[in-house]
Amino acid sequence: MQFSLTEDQLMIRDAAREFLSGRADIARLRKQMATPEAHDAELWQAVSGELGWTGLALPESVGGSGLGMVELALLLEETGRCLYGGPLLASVGFAGGMLLEAPASETRDALLARIASGEGVAALAVTDDTGRPGSVGVELVDGSAGPALRGHASFVLNGNIADHFVVVARDLRAARGGADGGAAVGLALVAVDRGAAGLTVQSLTAMDLTRRYARLTFDASAVTVLAEGAEGAAVVARGMQVAQVALAAEQLGAMQAVFELTTGYTQQRVQFGRKIGSFQAIKHRLADMMVVCEAARSAVYYAACVVDEHRAGTVGPGELAEAAALVKVHCSAGFHDVAGNAIQLHGGIGFTWEYDAHLYFKRARATLDLLGAPQHHRERIATLIGLDATEAT
Amino acid sequence: MKLGFTPAEEAFRAECAAWLDAQMGGPFRDIRGIMSQTHLADRRMEWERTLGAARYSVIGWPSKFGGRDATLAEQVIFAEEYARSGAPGRVGHLGTELAGPTILHFGNDLQRERFLLPIARGEEFWCQGYSEPNAGSDLSNVRTRARLEHGPDGAEWVIEGQKIWTSLAQFADWCFVVCRTEEGTSGPAGISYLLVPMRQKGVTVKPIHQMTGDAEFNEVFFDGARTRAEYCVGKPGEGWKVAMGTLAFERGVSTLAQQMTFRNELDKVIEAAKSNGAARDPLIRQRIAEAWVGLRIMRYSALRMLSRATTGTLGPEALTYKLHWASWRKKLGELAMDVVGAPGELCHGADYELDDLPYLYLMSRSDTIYGGTNQIQRNIIAERALGLPKEPRGDR
Repeated sequence: MQFSLTEDQLMIRDAAREFLSGRADIARLRKQMATPEAHDAELWQAVSGELGWTGLALPESVGGSGLGMVELALLLEETGRCLYGGPLLASVGFAGGMLLEAPASETRDALLARIASGEGVAALAVTDDTGRPGSVGVELVDGSAGPALRGHASFVLNGNIADHFVVVARDLRAARGGADGGAAVGLALVAVDRGAAGLTVQSLTAMDLTRRYARLTFDASAVTVLAEGAEGAAVVARGMQVAQVALAAEQLGAMQAVFELTTGYTQQRVQFGRKIGSFQAIKHRLADMMVVCEAARSAVYYAACVVDEHRAGTVGPGELAEAAALVKVHCSAGFHDVAGNAIQLHGGIGFTWEYDAHLYFKRARATLDLLGAPQHHRERIATLIGLDATEAT
Repeated sequence: MKLGFTPAEEAFRAECAAWLDAQMGGPFRDIRGIMSQTHLADRRMEWERTLGAARYSVIGWPSKFGGRDATLAEQVIFAEEYARSGAPGRVGHLGTELAGPTILHFGNDLQRERFLLPIARGEEFWCQGYSEPNAGSDLSNVRTRARLEHGPDGAEWVIEGQKIWTSLAQFADWCFVVCRTEEGTSGPAGISYLLVPMRQKGVTVKPIHQMTGDAEFNEVFFDGARTRAEYCVGKPGEGWKVAMGTLAFERGVSTLAQQMTFRNELDKVIEAAKSNGAARDPLIRQRIAEAWVGLRIMRYSALRMLSRATTGTLGPEALTYKLHWASWRKKLGELAMDVVGAPGELCHGADYELDDLPYLYLMSRSDTIYGGTNQIQRNIIAERALGLPKEPRGDR
């Protein structure tokens, strides 16, 4: 048991911070926000190609560097700090994380290789227009030439610029019992390319302008099945959990950055002849924000370790499920809380478009809902820790 | 970073578990799981001596002072197994977790030789002479004074003054006293850190009846109390540094044991919710889940803090830790009471005897006060971790 970052890990973090502070400042982000797809292709080329961040945490067998979730979390923390909107999280953290849970296959490994090299961007489609976890709007059916998709998926992060989609579908194929299964209908994980016949990709602009979602509609689109049957649901569950950890790492970086922005402001702003940071009303709220940030850091590093140990087979699925739920609960609620306090402590300037506080606040809201809101995961935890086990009658 | 334990560490776990289970299932069955700090004190002091004899009392200390030179992982393991076995809160903790580490780090060889083994063996118990009626949050305002006198037994400190909120002073053999030894000083300058025997004519202990019905805290009066000149930790007049060092040990490995106690408390809340149907209430479920999340994160914050402590630096997480756990436990107390509902308000017997969860509810109101109130903790975070301007004093 060892619970601090290694020298190598600290180097990865510091190098990422240095690169991003020079190349991915918020002024540049604001320019991209104003474009239709909010995509900084030049920066993405640097991140994926020159720096190789897309391959850092993927296995060597698919061309990656073979490092793990802790290292990816450190990168995502840094991209979170500057609200970087590129698809590192969506392609490597979400789609890549999901694919690593699926059994090895030619399609899976080829897709992972494209993600690792950065030649292809993948996005993960899991939910319908409600955005609620488990509410799946895509159906896998028997098509004229093999398995095919119909229906829709939404809130596909960076889906507007993705080349490949990893999609969760309800499996209605005859061989799986058809549509009569009702709630018992199984889940399947499938892969489909952007150019597939019958697939329409609609870019969605959201409150958080730093990146776009996509809404996908499928009309008999031919797909490759990656996981199905009993394994399908288990792969999807684990993949979602890994994705939650990746998202929480990004939230951690963003909450820390907006917290530092706010602390800095209170050390500059003078009222009543004093820096406002000398008033206890301000200090105490900053102290509470710091408690939230430090707790988030502990939760993210721990959960990232659990993902690595899960992949190494040294912890069971229960521990992964718990870690993923707890980190999503704390980082989502915590980031929203910290970003909200940031606006408050800035006063009027914090409410303006020109100041950056609202960008963090909106990212907090967007990521709070993404992959399940805190109340969803708290309820999940209630079940995991046995609150349903032996109720009084 | 890695989470797991080695086979050797797992073997150590099995050894601890077997020993603790044998004790708690056998000779110490009567003190298993008790929550009050003062209940069955004699038996609990005997338990401290048993831990000492088995060298489980202070496993992280050097072996020549009664420890096992245990690694951080081993200390984590022991804390986990201790709580799992239902062993009671340590009445010796002021010695094993505060006085001992302070003497180990800031004391001299004479003090180490004199004091550490009796602490490790559970032969001498300690209390903490910090707060005074006018030096609570403003600790450096202490008025208790000591002067050096040369008597027939050599030089001795003679102490006059009063301490308050002194936990477990009624059982203590020694007290570490923060007092002023230089006339005309104020604030942190001129303070010394003295080790004072409690069982002498010049020391009077008066219990304070607290809102739980217990009397764990005391007032301690020093009226010409004496201690040897060499029982001053650090140089005379430079005790403030030592006093602050002691507070840092409060954030040490003892946090792990404390968390295990919290976990047992949360388990009791969960059991109560399941048995009375509160577990079906969606809001209660949300709150229990939130408490569980908070506790798990606390564990990983403690491990971060301790992993870093082995490299000799205290990170920012250490400064946030007290505020985090105290706020968490107060919320747990409120949740516990909401889970048990009205039946929790009823006393059993004539002695203001409450069930465990209502007792937790009342007791947790002190967590955000002792050891630095939440308000002081926030000042500390803001000033030391964030570098915000210090709060101006009104008197100097």
